[in-house]
Amino acid sequence: MTNEILQAVTNAVAEAAQAAPQFNWVDTIWVLIAGVLVFFMNAGFAFVESGFVRAKNTVVVLAKNFVVFGLATIAFWAIGYAIMFKVFGDFGSGVFFYSMGTAYPTGPTIPEMAFFFFQLVFAGTAATIVSGAIAERSKFLVFVLFSVLLVAVIYPAVGMMIWNPDGFLFKDGFIDFAGSTVVHSVGGWAALAGIIILGPRIGKFGKAAGKRKVNAIPGHSMSLATLGTFILWLGWFGFNPGSMLAVNEDVIKIAVNTNMAAVTGMLTATIISWIRFKKPDFGMILNGLLGGLVAITAGCNAVTVGGAAIIGVIAGLLIVFGIPMFENLGLDDPVGATSVHLLNGVVGTFLVGVFAVNGGLWYTGTFELILLQLKGIGYTAVVVFGASLIFWFILDKIFKIRVPEKEEIDGLDVGEMGTEAYVMHDK
Amino acid sequence: MKLILAVIRPESLESVREKLYAKGIDSLTIIDVQGHGKQKGHKELYRGREYQVDFLNKIQIELAVADNMVDTVIEAISTGAKSGSMGAIGDGKIFVTNLEKVVRIRTGELNDSAL
Repeated sequence: MTNEILQAVTNAVAEAAQAAPQFNWVDTIWVLIAGVLVFFMNAGFAFVESGFVRAKNTVVVLAKNFVVFGLATIAFWAIGYAIMFKVFGDFGSGVFFYSMGTAYPTGPTIPEMAFFFFQLVFAGTAATIVSGAIAERSKFLVFVLFSVLLVAVIYPAVGMMIWNPDGFLFKDGFIDFAGSTVVHSVGGWAALAGIIILGPRIGKFGKAAGKRKVNAIPGHSMSLATLGTFILWLGWFGFNPGSMLAVNEDVIKIAVNTNMAAVTGMLTATIISWIRFKKPDFGMILNGLLGGLVAITAGCNAVTVGGAAIIGVIAGLLIVFGIPMFENLGLDDPVGATSVHLLNGVVGTFLVGVFAVNGGLWYTGTFELILLQLKGIGYTAVVVFGASLIFWFILDKIFKIRVPEKEEIDGLDVGEMGTEAYVMHDK
Repeated sequence: MKLILAVIRPESLESVREKLYAKGIDSLTIIDVQGHGKQKGHKELYRGREYQVDFLNKIQIELAVADNMVDTVIEAISTGAKSGSMGAIGDGKIFVTNLEKVVRIRTGELNDSAL
């Protein structure tokens, strides 16, 4: 009898322990703070993108960047999170419209709700990348619809392959620590598909001597673009170090690596643009910093500080040569998102195969990790670029994704939103 | 009565105004304008692409003065707007035209007494 009671009590205690795991609250508060920093990157994107467009299209860009996190929240909560992390696990009731869990898939040091919050702000980041590239000529409505599709389906499909512990690229050992591929190249591929279907802004390309002439269309505020870049730089200290999902010595290294690649990217863009264009080109300098941040995101936990510096230098070069390259191909990207997020997302992921202390070519002399990185890049490219082309194509057939010519010339702010950013005729 | 229009550099407005005040001119209107002379504008750089800025920012001063003040005002604007002792391209121009009628709205005074 006594034994039975003892057994019952033991069982009850074990059950209670199972029901309420002992979370590490230091880890948890760090993940929440990092998530808040990543959330604020929405403001960074809003200012970078609005600074790089003309005054007459500012409100549309601001509005896209503002509502996109609302769309991302609903889409990721309802569908995206389930696709990304649940379908391989206990797929069943309560999977969609996430409400409560106990532990995240790889180990219960933080409550699942904290993990969900951190994943949610990441999903929002992927969606904001698209808005700048398609700015100044695309309808507000189609951006809204595409963002929902991106966060509900495309982004989580890639996340499932790479970040879900049951995903095949995760199992292979593909390294994308904080999302050069999962977040940035996903946004970049989706943006590239959008640019191709949209076509360039009126006046971006002309003809001179039978060849394509590329015209500069200066943005209206370098001050806003600078503020936005600073905010993104700050936010990245949540983006990369927070992705550890815990507090330990690696988090410090990740913060240092993140900053190192950012500044070498910025300084490389400064020097190379100075040589190439005779003056230090400030638009390139801002994008050079962002390129460095995107490139180090995949390998920030895998490389040394020196490795991060080299990755940043390569990122800076990619910006100075990538932006004119896309333009010379006839692709019009008002903010440089394809060079910052796509080019550096892809190359940054590849460079993990070179500079990773464990398995990188530089240290081991073997190509195994490089090939694995290329495999992940390739799958992501096919899935995201393919799906995005199809979605943009369908949206164009149904809604016409481009605004009428007159509206584009007059400015999208009045045509799309009915509100101007800078009111010059006070009543 | 004459209407004097002077297009000057924005940065020389303060010294021009001081010279005009010194000559007893205490009413003037200024307008932000854009324009260029024979030398055209200048080149700027945006994300790796050079482009031409044709119209430069200038200030246009408008002054209505009595006939006997014209030379004094031209002298004042010229000395105030000239860069250094030699002057420089872009210092601006002064235009003088006849003025038919001036009305002070508050009192209804006309012409010279309205100046």
